[in-house]
Amino acid sequence: MRNWIAGAVIALTAMAGTAMADGHGDYPERPIMLMVSYGAGGATDFQARIVTMTAGNEDALNMPVAILNKSGAGGRVGWNWLATQAEADGYTLGAYNVPHFIAQSIEGGVDYSTDSFEPIANWGADPAVFVVAADSKFNSMSDVIAYATDNPGGLTFSGAGLFVGHHIAALQLEKAAGVELAYIPNNAGGAGAMRAVIAGEVLGGVNNLSDAFRAREAGTVKILGVFDLERNAFIDDVPTMMEQGYEIDNASVNYRGVMVPAGTPQPIIDHLAAVVPTMFENGRVASRMEAGGSPMHIMNREEVLEMWAQRQVTLEALLADL
Amino acid sequence: MEFLFYMGDVFTPINFGLLLLGTIGGLILGATPGLSPTMTVALMIPFTFKLEPQQGLILLGAAYTSTVAGGAVSAILLKIPGAPANIATTLDGHTMAQKGEGAKALQLSFIASAIGGLFGVFLLIFLTPVLAQWALAFGPSELFWLAILGVTVIGTLDSSSVVKGLLSGCIGLWLATIGFDDIMGAQRFIFHSSVSGGINVIPALIGLFAIPQVITMFAKGPKGTDAEIIVVQHHPIGKAFNEIFSRKRALAIGTAIGSVIGLIPGVGGQIAGLVAYDQSKKMSSESAKFGTGHPEGVIAAESANNAMVGPSLVPLLTLSIPGSPTAAVLLGGLLIHGIFPGPTLFTQYPQVVWPFINSMLIGQILMCVFGLLIAGWAANVARVPPAVMAAVVLGLAVFGSYSVQHSMGDVYVMASLGLGMFFLERFGFSAAPLVLGLILGPIAEANFMQGAMIANATVGQMAYFFTGWLNWLLILIVVASIGYSIWMELRQRRYTTKEDAQA
Repeated sequence: MRNWIAGAVIALTAMAGTAMADGHGDYPERPIMLMVSYGAGGATDFQARIVTMTAGNEDALNMPVAILNKSGAGGRVGWNWLATQAEADGYTLGAYNVPHFIAQSIEGGVDYSTDSFEPIANWGADPAVFVVAADSKFNSMSDVIAYATDNPGGLTFSGAGLFVGHHIAALQLEKAAGVELAYIPNNAGGAGAMRAVIAGEVLGGVNNLSDAFRAREAGTVKILGVFDLERNAFIDDVPTMMEQGYEIDNASVNYRGVMVPAGTPQPIIDHLAAVVPTMFENGRVASRMEAGGSPMHIMNREEVLEMWAQRQVTLEALLADL
Repeated sequence: MEFLFYMGDVFTPINFGLLLLGTIGGLILGATPGLSPTMTVALMIPFTFKLEPQQGLILLGAAYTSTVAGGAVSAILLKIPGAPANIATTLDGHTMAQKGEGAKALQLSFIASAIGGLFGVFLLIFLTPVLAQWALAFGPSELFWLAILGVTVIGTLDSSSVVKGLLSGCIGLWLATIGFDDIMGAQRFIFHSSVSGGINVIPALIGLFAIPQVITMFAKGPKGTDAEIIVVQHHPIGKAFNEIFSRKRALAIGTAIGSVIGLIPGVGGQIAGLVAYDQSKKMSSESAKFGTGHPEGVIAAESANNAMVGPSLVPLLTLSIPGSPTAAVLLGGLLIHGIFPGPTLFTQYPQVVWPFINSMLIGQILMCVFGLLIAGWAANVARVPPAVMAAVVLGLAVFGSYSVQHSMGDVYVMASLGLGMFFLERFGFSAAPLVLGLILGPIAEANFMQGAMIANATVGQMAYFFTGWLNWLLILIVVASIGYSIWMELRQRRYTTKEDAQA
């Protein structure tokens, strides 16, 4: 009898022990939500829907991922929500845009910083490019900078807003070329900024490579330079800023990926960090992304952690002058 | 005439089935408070992953068409505008429903929607290259003046007093400043975490229009001293067609304004209905009847908001720029199949684009047929006892506000704005001008800021905002619109008694 009790106790402790150690062995047990801090139809939303479409497969998360849009104030609303109100139980993921959320946290007035979130994996990298209207007299970055040198503060160019990748690119260009430019943030995001360029309201613009690529296919813009370290496969005829003599790195490249709120149990983070990158590598995902003109760039959790830390340093230096 | 060549594609069994699904689903989702056309189309995108491009686009086209019209159902029967496009419809439509003319109002709105919608899609088919230039003509200065023009509509929306109309417009403008500002990212009036993202228009619409009437219904009590029994009049469909064609002016004004304003990226869809309502009131010989359940109000507003559907896609299809949130979602639907919109779209993928456009044509007609079928039946909603009705509307209001972005904050916003509006209505203020301020405030502000930044870098502010024929045309219309309001106010004071002015 005593043995039986002892045995039961041991068995129970053992079970509880495994449960504690593992804790989340059955994760995920129900569908997962991915918060996107931009509206339906935006580039982040569109890409998030594609890269999560195979989540229900058995070799992926085995549960579908639903997209939840919480848009507003350049992403601040959604990220504030994720940092302060979302449950850190592994069933609420968020999409991040770097450098946007890091730049906003440096600017202040928001409830998050890189410490508020734990990255899982990166799916895409959309570099910023400099575009001018198809009928513009500018044919290279040196034409643009020559005009800006003759008209200090008179070169108007649009971008998706303040403290987003486009703005960072604009600041970098100003610094590298040593000229004063007139950056005009648009209230309608990248699409609005592109419209301003095509309509001739501004002389040029910083925009997403994917959108600029489509616009060039449509014959409405010329792309003069890429704000990245290397040329991009989608537009390999366009030189980087570095090639044209401007010391500009990839700090403005718009990295998109998945993160969870800080405080999510470590086993769940580990599980997600192991599975999510393989989910992004799925062939169907790659072909859809390719078709939509969205450059993919898969990075695992360690790589993203390093990239976040790097950006934090670069952006603090860049925004300190503002 | 290429579109006729592809007309057959719409009628293959699968495609036509999808067209029916999109139309009926769109009508139902559109009539659900809180589900705007943008949300509805976004909800349908995942279904298109598995479909052929042509089929997917047919589904989306039909859904877009019918959700816009579906919004009129809740606007008329429940006084909850499904989207900003339906605000003007509530003004006369709901009054008609309260008088027992709900069936008539619904029939008129569906027929007017279909006529306006067909005209808009034909514009898209035949005049796309011309229209693309027009869509680009509106820069920051023009959009600023357009928003100001929208503000002058306030005088017409509130028939009892211009001053109170302007005051509630100002409240709306203030509400619009809450949150992070669009350009500089500064925080303004964030006194509670629910409003940190600003006031979302859909919950605000639901609160401002639906909640005051819910409170009024509850206040009457279960039996109510003045519980009048509403006789829902039967209204033959033939008479509705006669009615529409006897009111050609409202129909023409609505369709024309909807098509022209619908083209303007970012602004069009929101104010087309209100501007059309305003203009047809000003040009009508019976302008005093507007707001009291006048059929012309419904016809003008609904023909305008569906006429906008076709032209609103012009910037997307030709220039690859999504001009409205719904167009942005449709862009996703195209990209997911590797189709890039642009001038070559019509030559490269005619087998996708033309059936898509055709689906919007046929969708308009199907939407009208289904709408007319349910109109007589749906109008019986008015017979539901006030106490039950209040509970249902309140439930829908909470559900609708929450579903926009799964946020209780939006429900609080809806409830507080609704409660505030209940008291404001006691003092003779009305909701429409307030909503107009809320919608136009950010447009006017952001475009002024952008315009000023461009102007400072180039020609200077005076030169920037006051040059170009389009700027001057808009300024002249603004002046004329204000002048007309003042003249009407003075004339009313001189010739009518107080009771007449309020009637």
